[in-house]
Parts: sequence; C-alpha cells; structure tokens
Amino acid sequence: MNDSERKPKRSLWDRIADPLIFLGASAIALPSFFTRRGFRKRELYYYLDLCGVQSVPIVVLICFLMGAGVSLQSVLQLRKFGAEVFNADLVGFAVLKEFGPLMVAIIATGRAGSAFAAEIGTMKVNEEISALQTLGIRPEAYLVLPKLFAMLVSIPLLTAVGDVAGVAGGMAIGVSYTEVPLTIYWERTINALDCMTFMIGITKSVVYAVTISLCGCYCGFTAAGDAQGVGRGATKAVVSSIFFVVIADAVLTMLFSFIGY
Amino acid sequence: MGGSGANIEIKVEDLYIGYGKRVLMEKLDFEIRQGEIFFIMGGSGCGKSTLLKHMIGLLEPMSGDILIRGRSIVKAKDEERMKLMRDFGVTYQGGALFGSLTVAENVAMPLEEYSGLKPAAIAAEVEKKLELVGLKGFGSYMPSELSGGMRKRAGLARALALDPKLLFFDEPSAGLDPVSSAEQDRLIRSLRDDLGTTVVIISHDLDSVFAIGDRIIMLDRDARGIVARGDPRELRDESDNPAVRKFLTRDGLK
Repeated sequence: MNDSERKPKRSLWDRIADPLIFLGASAIALPSFFTRRGFRKRELYYYLDLCGVQSVPIVVLICFLMGAGVSLQSVLQLRKFGAEVFNADLVGFAVLKEFGPLMVAIIATGRAGSAFAAEIGTMKVNEEISALQTLGIRPEAYLVLPKLFAMLVSIPLLTAVGDVAGVAGGMAIGVSYTEVPLTIYWERTINALDCMTFMIGITKSVVYAVTISLCGCYCGFTAAGDAQGVGRGATKAVVSSIFFVVIADAVLTMLFSFIGY
Repeated sequence: MGGSGANIEIKVEDLYIGYGKRVLMEKLDFEIRQGEIFFIMGGSGCGKSTLLKHMIGLLEPMSGDILIRGRSIVKAKDEERMKLMRDFGVTYQGGALFGSLTVAENVAMPLEEYSGLKPAAIAAEVEKKLELVGLKGFGSYMPSELSGGMRKRAGLARALALDPKLLFFDEPSAGLDPVSSAEQDRLIRSLRDDLGTTVVIISHDLDSVFAIGDRIIMLDRDARGIVARGDPRELRDESDNPAVRKFLTRDGLK
C-alpha cells in the first residue's frame, strides 16, 4: 500500500469511542440469539468445547496446586499460634472467593481470550468480516455472541470445578503437614463455607467471562490487517483481559465487603 | 449491448473519499446502467478497492452520495443499509470464505439466513451454484483445502446464492490461469445476458476488459479522480490522454 492509501493512525478520540461503539454493536446484536439471525448453534458448541471441556484438566491441576500452595503458606503462619485447625477456613475462603475464579479467568484469558482475538483478526485480514457485512449479517452476532454465551456457561462451571480442586489441594497439604485429621478438616471446611461464599466466586466468574470475551473479540476487530497485527491483537487481548479482570476483582471484592462478605 | 439500457443501477454523485483528513479521490461522478458490465480501472494503489468498499457500504465517504437503484447506501441507517447489502453479491480478492465452514456451508449461509427454504432445497441450490462455478463435488471441502482460484470461485458461488441482480467483483482474475480466467469471463457474460445482472468489476486484467467490458472508468492517483470513461476499445484507440492509451495498451506492448 502506498502513502496515499495508507490509513492514518487511530486518534485518541477513536481509542475512546471505538470500544464503546463495539459494546453498542454487540448489545444491538443480542436479540439475534433468539431470532437466530447470524447466530449459529454449532459455533456455540465449538466454543463450549474449546473454552469449557478442553480447559478442565488444566483448571483442575492449576487450582489444586494453588490450593496446596495457599494451604502450605497458611499452615506455616497458623502454626505459630497453634491455630492450624483454622487452615481449612482460610483455604476455603481464599479459594472460593478469590483464587478459584481468578485462576480460571487467567487460564481462560490465555486459552480463549487470545484465541478469540487471533481468530477475528485473521478473519479481518481475509476480508471474512467484510463478507459477513455484505451478506447483511452483523459480525457481532456471528462472531461475538457464540463466544460470549459459551464463556458465560463454561467459566462459572469451570470455577466450580476449580473450587473443588483448590479445596482438595488445600486439604491434601492441610492433612499431611499438620496433626489435623481429614474428618476434622472436612468438617471445618463444610462449616466455614456457605452458599453465599460460593456464589460470590461464581458472580465474579460471570463478570470475568464477559470481560475476557469482550476484550478478546474487541482486540480481534481492531487488529491491524497483517500477520504482525494479528499477533499484537492477541497479546493485547491477554494483557487487557488480565488488567480488567484484576480491576473487576478489586471492585467486586470491595462491593461484597460492603454487604458483609 | 447491455450498456444501452436507460435504467440507472448505481449513481455516484460528487463523491469524496479518503482516510481521516486525507482525500484519496474527489468529485467522483458516474453512473452504472442496468445490465452493464462496468470496469473500474487504475494504477496500483490509486484507490479502486477503496472506492469499491464505499460502493458496497463498508466505508463512509467524506461527502457525496452513492445511490443503488435510487436508494442511498451512504445515508441509509444501520438496518436499512443491511437490507440494501443483501440485494447485491460481492466477491472478494481471496474469496473471503468462512474458514470454519465447508464450501457448501459457505454457499448455504445466505440461503439459510434469508431464503426460508427447507434444508433439502438449500442443498440442491448449493449444488447448482457450485456446478455453475465449476466446483461440483467440492462442497464437503474446507476452504483451506482449496487452491486460491477455487476459493475465489467458491466465493462467487456464495455471492450468487441469492441470485442478486447486482454483482461486485474485486480483482476476479488475479491469481487465475488464463483458461480459468476466460471461463469466469464467460460466466460473468452469461449472468448478464441470461439474467440481466449488472456487474461492477475492479480489475487490471486488460484481456477481461476488452473481452466483456461494456464501459470503464479509469482512476488516477495524482488527478484524484476519473481521467477517462467510456468504451474500453474506443479509449484504447482514440483517447486524447496518452496515459490512458499507455495503460490500455500495456505501454504499447499489446
């Protein structure tokens, strides 16, 4: 492309307005979930498999190790006060409210967020997005919604799986590094954790699912039209997803603390 | 000749196009008549593809208007513009097939969205379109399994799915061997002759222009506009502009 046809760099105004326009376009596309216009069930199943089923082993492993790590750190500190039995409470709260949803979000960012950006970015390079538009199909309906709904289903479920794996990891260390028997550890875990604690983590995971999907898709739509541009788009998707997930985590944790959780 | 019809399919009025504040083309004024095979030509990077993107509603012009059968694609609001877009077919340089769908699913997509036909009728229609472009039996292939030329033809089959009365081609013969290119030209001409389809082609291919082109416009980057318009054969032989003659005779080698 020569100088006269080269597109100018995006201005600051574009950088502010573009994400809002993208959010608006995605919102306008929402009814196509019901009308089926542009929205394809098969795409939804594909992303449920990619984001959900295929992530189970890595989520179980990472959350188990994270639970074990948290448990080991807390045992070392609680031992100083002879309060090792409270390890179960600490691990349970930490995993269900923070680490479970957060670790699943980070895994999903690496697996799905970057894939969304790379996929949409490549489609843009191949003019597939222009083709969708000229077929009268909203690209957001075809490209964003299946990914968003798949993430909304799979991330909370993965978080529940991660919670179980994290508590199990904590229990493995809690029981083997202390004198606390398995039955007591289990009893303390059950008594300490209630439904609301679990739901806090699940609520967070729903917000993370929306954040990661939209960041990934947006970075794909705005990727520059070459191979390096697609690469940069995928990187940007991961970095911005993690950034917004951490911000969302801080805000939600504060909000829940106001209502006593 | 198809170009003799008085009905106007596309009317471009005082169009200014560009990126940001940089003007690429200015004061573009031309008409494309119904049933005409119309070429948009010009040197590499002069803005032909950008003009096409404006004509099919993908980009907004700086000013001016583009009317398709009297309806402005520039001023049309979101939903109305999408409706306008459904009325024409576009084939892209690389085919622009959806990589996650098979060739048949690609061609079926517009039919599934808009035709209201039953799956069996859609499958029959898809088979018909694939046969038309010479891809019979390739329906189950993924786009990545096809050659560049085959992808292009599959893209044409998809563009033809809803039997549009207006077709846009972006560099249709680029990357095709001479025989395939000639076959495609025949297909374009038969679409015009049999169905009265209006065809707008962005191309450099002089063989195609002289074989099937009714009228052309030539764009020039430095002039930022149209430097020649009319019958390509007349322009080649009689144009006052030496640059136009040079272009249409391949710098005297044709």
